[in-house]
Amino acid sequence: MANTMTLIASNTVGSGGSSSVVFSSIPSTYTDLLIKFSVRTDRNDGILFDNFSIAFNSISTGYSTKLLYGLSGSAASTNSGATSYTQYLYASDTQSTANTFGNGEVYIPNYAGSNNKSMSIDSVSETNAANGALAGLAAGLMSNTAAITSITLAGVAQSFLQYSSFYLYGVKNA
Amino acid sequence: MPNPTRIEINCETGVESIIELTDAEIAQMEADRVTAEARKAEEDAAAQAAADAKASAQAKLTALGLTADEIAALTK
Repeated sequence: MANTMTLIASNTVGSGGSSSVVFSSIPSTYTDLLIKFSVRTDRNDGILFDNFSIAFNSISTGYSTKLLYGLSGSAASTNSGATSYTQYLYASDTQSTANTFGNGEVYIPNYAGSNNKSMSIDSVSETNAANGALAGLAAGLMSNTAAITSITLAGVAQSFLQYSSFYLYGVKNA
Repeated sequence: MPNPTRIEINCETGVESIIELTDAEIAQMEADRVTAEARKAEEDAAAQAAADAKASAQAKLTALGLTADEIAALTK
């Protein structure tokens, strides 16, 4: 079990927003990767949450995702229809209470190995209200054995707003 | 109006770049947006339907005379 965590890189989105955030040239010197995020998007269609996506090495095929979620007191599960990325990273959006951000993390074990790449996603939108937020646990897979050297985090249909932040950690044994 | 941008952080050098998307990238993004919004609408509708079904079931149980505690006990 890996037992140390080192910040590799981070980013806080500036005033213009951004359609995506890319971590490139990721070193292969760790065992696992961990991404932590705090995100608000510009979705504006009456829904109090949004979800965004993750993809590796600019590869746009071979992804699958299974989600277990809770929304306003109900729980359910679903499979993603998207194969060009893994989704279900939850964020707040412009319909959420002002200044709230969704939070979560993505754990990517054995990212530099030669097996298909799996990930687990734990995230929740936030709106500081009794209803409307969504909490999700997702399992994602990229059916590709390439070592991960870049990670793209992108709005599925929206952009990240200012002060959204992303932190990439490397995890390994001391 | 400038094109949307993406942020790229090179983990080896620490250099952060804000890159304006090309017209081709924007066209692809718009195509992806249409697909994603259709998919998202389906997923949101499914989520809302599940929430509505639960609320409806609880209302029916209440109409049958069950208390909130009894309804909660049924769903545990």
